[in-house]
Amino acid sequence: MPAIEPELQALKDNLLDMLSLVINQMDKCRQAIAKNDASIAEEVISDEKKVNAQEIAIDRDCENILALFTPVATDLRLVLATLKITNDLERIGDNAKSLAKFLKNNNDKINRKFITDLNIPEMLQVLIGMLKEMHEALYKGDTTLALKTQKKDEHLNEFHKKGMKTTVDLIKAHPDDIKTLLTLFSITKNLERAGDLTKNIAEELVFQIEAKVLKHRKER
Amino acid sequence: MKPIEAKNVNVYYGDNHVLKDVSLNIKENSVTAFIGPSGCGKSTFLRTLNRMNDYIESFRLKGKVYINGKEIYDKKVRVEELRRKVGMVFQKPNPFPKSIYDNVAYGLKIHGMTDKFEINEIVEKSLKQAALWGEVKDKLAKPALSLSGGQQQRLCIARTLAVKPSIILMDEPASALDPLSTAKIEELIHELKEKYTIVIVTHNMQQAARVSDKTAFFYLGDLVEYEKTSEIFTNPKNKQTENYITGRFG
Repeated sequence: MPAIEPELQALKDNLLDMLSLVINQMDKCRQAIAKNDASIAEEVISDEKKVNAQEIAIDRDCENILALFTPVATDLRLVLATLKITNDLERIGDNAKSLAKFLKNNNDKINRKFITDLNIPEMLQVLIGMLKEMHEALYKGDTTLALKTQKKDEHLNEFHKKGMKTTVDLIKAHPDDIKTLLTLFSITKNLERAGDLTKNIAEELVFQIEAKVLKHRKER
Repeated sequence: MKPIEAKNVNVYYGDNHVLKDVSLNIKENSVTAFIGPSGCGKSTFLRTLNRMNDYIESFRLKGKVYINGKEIYDKKVRVEELRRKVGMVFQKPNPFPKSIYDNVAYGLKIHGMTDKFEINEIVEKSLKQAALWGEVKDKLAKPALSLSGGQQQRLCIARTLAVKPSIILMDEPASALDPLSTAKIEELIHELKEKYTIVIVTHNMQQAARVSDKTAFFYLGDLVEYEKTSEIFTNPKNKQTENYITGRFG
């Protein structure tokens, strides 16, 4: 077994761990909304440190592998894809933290119907589903699954688009809650963006396995 | 017309079929690396390009090898002239047991040059091209064997350049040298490719990646893949190539 092999396996394992952390963060946001529990939101905020630490550790491992092993071909693509995926995951984690902060600071202060009217629980459900499928795709190196999962981002786009009209209608009906409503709308934007970042992960997996660059092209 | 064209080259040492139906073309003013595990045929193929295999009694070749459009295994070919045009540098530096000056001048003299002024000019030019002039200009009369390994190898390159080749073959030219000398040889290869066509056999894949424009991967006598070096090392088409360059061979 070449000396690089255990390093690459550790890299894959650590990346999957980081993805699991982010899935957990999003799931806790979903739970915090469902149970109206600010303490769960507080956990998401403190979990973010673990996500950031994991990103730094994986970046350092990638740097070491590049310097010490001079990987080529699939090994090189794995390292390059990992560097990009950690960046995407860290940003998804940031989105989870923003949502959690809002939930913690506004617990029992806002009309909870606003959250459901803007389909935030549904968006979280779709996003968590996508992230879990991406976890499986990365674990198995399954580009077909990754590309299938990419398509589910359309649902998030739809929810966000509808959310614009809903927000306008809600502001008209509840002008005193404009600040909250605009914040909630920006949360739908963050979740839509998290979907885009999850799509990026699929593209990086295709690059790693098939050496194809899907960025800036139409979806398959 | 490419400087090097090989068509369906099969080489045998007695009954041993060591190169199997190899066809490839090499562009002018480029560096091509031959890589592959020991015994794959890369050095054998290199030596077919200037008929150095002729010295092996059991050697037989089928197919065609063209250098600058001329078929070199034709009976009318003057092998000494071929080896002037297609120079060779070997793994172990092999300067003659003569002075530095005489090493470079030797080839000129045996090809009939007598004008001392002309010889001096060519010796200086060749040593400059080989990035050695600055280190030896004040001691040209000293024995070549007094030089370091890296300097001796550059002297051998100067010796090759003196007789004005168009192609330079290098069989693991830096494998016996320290890292600093290796870096100098690689830098030299980069400079020389502006005027010469260079083919290099190397076991050092990072070296192949650094110096060459195209890379040919040989395995058990077959030319498995021949592609732009950047393609070979980022996305090889053949699984065997991938296994070899990632160290998962065998």
